[in-house]
Amino acid sequence: MTLAYYPGCSMHGTSREYEESLLAVAAALELGLTEIADWSCCGASSAHAADHLLGVALPARNLALAEAQGADEVLAPCAACYNRLSGAVHAVAEEPGMAAKVPEVLGRAFANSVRVLSIVELLQGLAPVIEERVAARLEPNPLEHLNIAAYWGCLLVRPAAITGFDDAERPTGMDDVISACSANPVSWNMAVECCGGAFSVSRTSSVLRLSRAIIEDARHCGADAILAACPLCHANLDFRQSAMSLRGEPPMPVLYITQLVGLALGLPMAALGFERHFVDTQPLFARLAREAEKAAAAAAERDAAKAARAAAKAGAS
Amino acid sequence: MGAEMALPPHDIMRLTIANDRERLFNDDSLWLCLTCETCSARCPNDVDPARVIDALRELAAGEGAEHAPRNIRAFHESFLEQIRSTGRLSEVGLIMQYKLRSGALLQDVAVAPAMLRRGKLPLRPQRIAGVGEVKALMAACERERGARAAPAAGGAAAPGAGATGGHHNGEDAR
Repeated sequence: MTLAYYPGCSMHGTSREYEESLLAVAAALELGLTEIADWSCCGASSAHAADHLLGVALPARNLALAEAQGADEVLAPCAACYNRLSGAVHAVAEEPGMAAKVPEVLGRAFANSVRVLSIVELLQGLAPVIEERVAARLEPNPLEHLNIAAYWGCLLVRPAAITGFDDAERPTGMDDVISACSANPVSWNMAVECCGGAFSVSRTSSVLRLSRAIIEDARHCGADAILAACPLCHANLDFRQSAMSLRGEPPMPVLYITQLVGLALGLPMAALGFERHFVDTQPLFARLAREAEKAAAAAAERDAAKAARAAAKAGAS
Repeated sequence: MGAEMALPPHDIMRLTIANDRERLFNDDSLWLCLTCETCSARCPNDVDPARVIDALRELAAGEGAEHAPRNIRAFHESFLEQIRSTGRLSEVGLIMQYKLRSGALLQDVAVAPAMLRRGKLPLRPQRIAGVGEVKALMAACERERGARAAPAAGGAAAPGAGATGGHHNGEDAR
């Protein structure tokens, strides 16, 4: 299996920490990602809103390049890119005339033979490996004390016929990854609601309204942080958070799924790009570390008391 | 976004069935749709309003009846212009162009230094080697769209052919 990597435009800009943490995790798990040479933009929300064929052809160019590179699968970690790429695979396979039309407008051979992989599918598949690595770590594990809300948003999970996750309303893949990392998935209500997506710039007020509701529900349901797998969701929930009047509540950190896995694998914080966030994650990690130490101390005390009791019993008899 | 639309998805579907172009196209609801696909996912009758809304936007644009709010149109146009000129999206380039098109010159100016500090705004756009190919692909799609808007009967295959041609054609395409 050859896995090609389609970064998409945000990974080289506003979501650099997503790519940094992804590459760090990929190296630690020896995934061997090969970036598609000379990839172009997938067109995101703007292409398909203007013209259906353009919304298929722009992502298809990248699939054709991946094919030419000999790849069987393409990883698209950005949820919007994933949606456009897998949507193009589906459109070319299902819509009459598309299989002939698309190579014609591309000016390239295109057999539609590549499978598009989301970050959740990839990491869910690796959950047993992640779990094993977490179990092999000796120091007290702060992640055991982390309650985190898996936020899917729209483009990763819909349309269900294309993305194929287990449940369109309550998908479980991200929770599996959280559990493999030894953290605790929170049960909440907004996992598949929209954050306002591409209106971040052109209609910011809508984004603030929609994203605030997501953050408030996560807090209400006991989350310490939100887990994201999309640069746009992350920008709206993290970068725009200071503009939401959140009634004096403490800020809600938003982590990329690859950052969480990186932490679980014991990678250094500095390799995971947390300093690029707008909401400071340090207070959360400091608190988790204190809780882990406290729990370790309590466990040690329990063990010592048990040993003392056992010794006393042995001495008495 | 349904809550902010004067015509929520179910109204759009009803007006589409009634072919009430006037109410559909003289309202900005079509452009407030973010294609979150919630309506399509939850429709008990397996209707796909998200896809219908995309098609309606395309139809409206073909008829020159586009009532997209200025900011939203400016964003989409700037986005596609970025792809056409470099093959990729430079977020800095997008914002600059968007500001010029929308007139929102001062929006988010205050946050730029914080973005730069976090290394999130590479100032130099990444121009791909295949930019000519991308440009040609976009032009080919535009030609196709023009051909669809002006049917063989009319003969004129120019994009944005007359409103009557588009109107007639739209009915064929439902």
